[in-house]
Amino acid sequence: MNTGDAHALLRAESLSLAVPGRLLQQGLSFEVRRGEILVLMGGSGCGKSTLMRHLIGLQSPAAGRVLYGQHDLAEADDEELARLRRQFGVMFQGGALWSSMTVGENVMMPLSEFSDMDEKGVEQVARFKLALVGMEAAFDELPSALSGGMKKRAAIARAMALDPPLLFLDEPSAGLDPISSASLDELILNLRDHLGTSIVLVTHELSSIFAVADRALFLDAKEKTMTALDAPRRLLESGPEPVRQFLRRGEPAGTPV
Amino acid sequence: MGEAQQSETTLGSEAQAQWLQDEQGLRLRLSGDWRGKRSLPPLPPGASAAAEPETRPALRIDGAALTHYDSCLAASLWALHRSSKAPLDTTGLAPALSGMLTLAARQSANDAQPSRRRPHWLTRIGLAWQARYRRTRDTLAFTGELLIAIYKALRGSTAMRGEDLAHQLHATGPASLPIVALVSFLVGLIIAYMGAAQLQRLGAQAFMADLVTIGVVREIAALMTGIMLAGRVGAAFAAQLGSMQANEEIDALRALGLNPVEHLVLPRVLAMALMAPLLTTFAAVVGMLAGLLVAVGIFQVELLDYLYRSSKAMTLAHAGIGLLKGSVYGVLVAMAGCRQGLHAGRSAQAVGEATTAAVVQAIIWIVIAASALTVAFQRLGW
Repeated sequence: MNTGDAHALLRAESLSLAVPGRLLQQGLSFEVRRGEILVLMGGSGCGKSTLMRHLIGLQSPAAGRVLYGQHDLAEADDEELARLRRQFGVMFQGGALWSSMTVGENVMMPLSEFSDMDEKGVEQVARFKLALVGMEAAFDELPSALSGGMKKRAAIARAMALDPPLLFLDEPSAGLDPISSASLDELILNLRDHLGTSIVLVTHELSSIFAVADRALFLDAKEKTMTALDAPRRLLESGPEPVRQFLRRGEPAGTPV
Repeated sequence: MGEAQQSETTLGSEAQAQWLQDEQGLRLRLSGDWRGKRSLPPLPPGASAAAEPETRPALRIDGAALTHYDSCLAASLWALHRSSKAPLDTTGLAPALSGMLTLAARQSANDAQPSRRRPHWLTRIGLAWQARYRRTRDTLAFTGELLIAIYKALRGSTAMRGEDLAHQLHATGPASLPIVALVSFLVGLIIAYMGAAQLQRLGAQAFMADLVTIGVVREIAALMTGIMLAGRVGAAFAAQLGSMQANEEIDALRALGLNPVEHLVLPRVLAMALMAPLLTTFAAVVGMLAGLLVAVGIFQVELLDYLYRSSKAMTLAHAGIGLLKGSVYGVLVAMAGCRQGLHAGRSAQAVGEATTAAVVQAIIWIVIAASALTVAFQRLGW
């Protein structure tokens, strides 16, 4: 299906992000390679989540384009859009499980909508996906009965329901205690290693960035563009100063305190 | 300005602050117990007129005689720094106090200025029109999507789930019966009573039956049902969809390629379209019953006479028009609720605003539709 660069699942070409009345970022060009974990990082309000919303086609760019293979997300017709959407799964910040359905129904929903499995098969697959994230026991629970970390795990199971080659995770560790957050990082690495899923991760948690990222993309809120894209360790050693400062926990180098 | 100036403020028994002018510039001498105190004396007149902000001499703060203090004092000093636009020299203060002020100065130096300056008035007019345009476009797009979803449903290829529709039917219909019953009974009572008082002057209270029956069946039952549904069900729709929007649940549907209009809006609108005429019928019966009680109980109209006149007055056209109006109002209420909920902002505040907007919009739409339909039917002679 992807006829472009053999390693690129997704390419952004000089993308500009804007919300009404304000430009957030411009000139973003990067690609997501097969099997990599790419972290979108940056301070609060720099447009990380907005960038993710553009990459999954919920918002259309002020300029530039988002390409899946050869296909522009903004210009795809309904049929093609439906096909492109099978390419990725999304976990939103709070999980965004549909609150009127049980966890199991949440995971079964995309399966029963978009696959021709019978009801039994759908339930089996849903249970398995929940088992992959360690949530099989919560199959019949309503989302409101789950803790924040469990909601996010269940949401990852829902995002993986249709075996997309690419997963978007918006702030998976935000608001979690260090243990849950570390086990979520482990889950993310496992998904990549065992299923070969590429993962785009939006986060500003340093521990997650160093634990999981193959490459990290830094969005600078002041420059309004990306100022670095490389392995986080290398950025820490030789990246531009604001990026190193960010990765060093925000302490400015050599400034007397 | 050259000579030494003094102004003194005495605060409480011990807290004292005093501006002193010496060869190095202005110095504020603080002494005593400053816990919970916050009024510093104003700068001596003329002191703040000096030069550009960058070149103003530092205001020295002398806290040698300070016995007690808390962050109130730090806050007042910070306010002084902000209003005088002059730097503070805090070396004469206790480390805790000067530390606090230094920290505030350092933090605000690299403060992310969220460039929220008030835009030019022309820009503001433009932005306001843009927002208005966007709202109108959203409403139109929403209506279009809804029509497409209904068309799909009529062709039998809808993604709407039957259980969603069943759930909404229950939530809109049976659950609204008590409030609809109460309101229609009372409104029926009022119409009968007011009407009878006028008719009695002509000795024509026998016509009460016509008045109540036509009034209630043709207009009032539908109107009251619509307004009750706006408050009870339309608001709930807006709040449900609004909090789903705030929680990104609607984005989760969209990202999967599931159409929120088909999954969330269609079952609600259909439920209202089906339930509103039933509720209108119920409201009409209750309203007529109230009229009958007033007529028979208070104005001594013969029961059989009333029933006979009532059944004569009630034509198929009146009943049909009443039911049609009920359905129209119900659909409008559902549309207003879903439209506002679906386009709500992403905060708890926005959900509340969407709910209010849904009820207001529903009632406005109902009143406009009521006027248009009434005039239209009168013109048609129905």
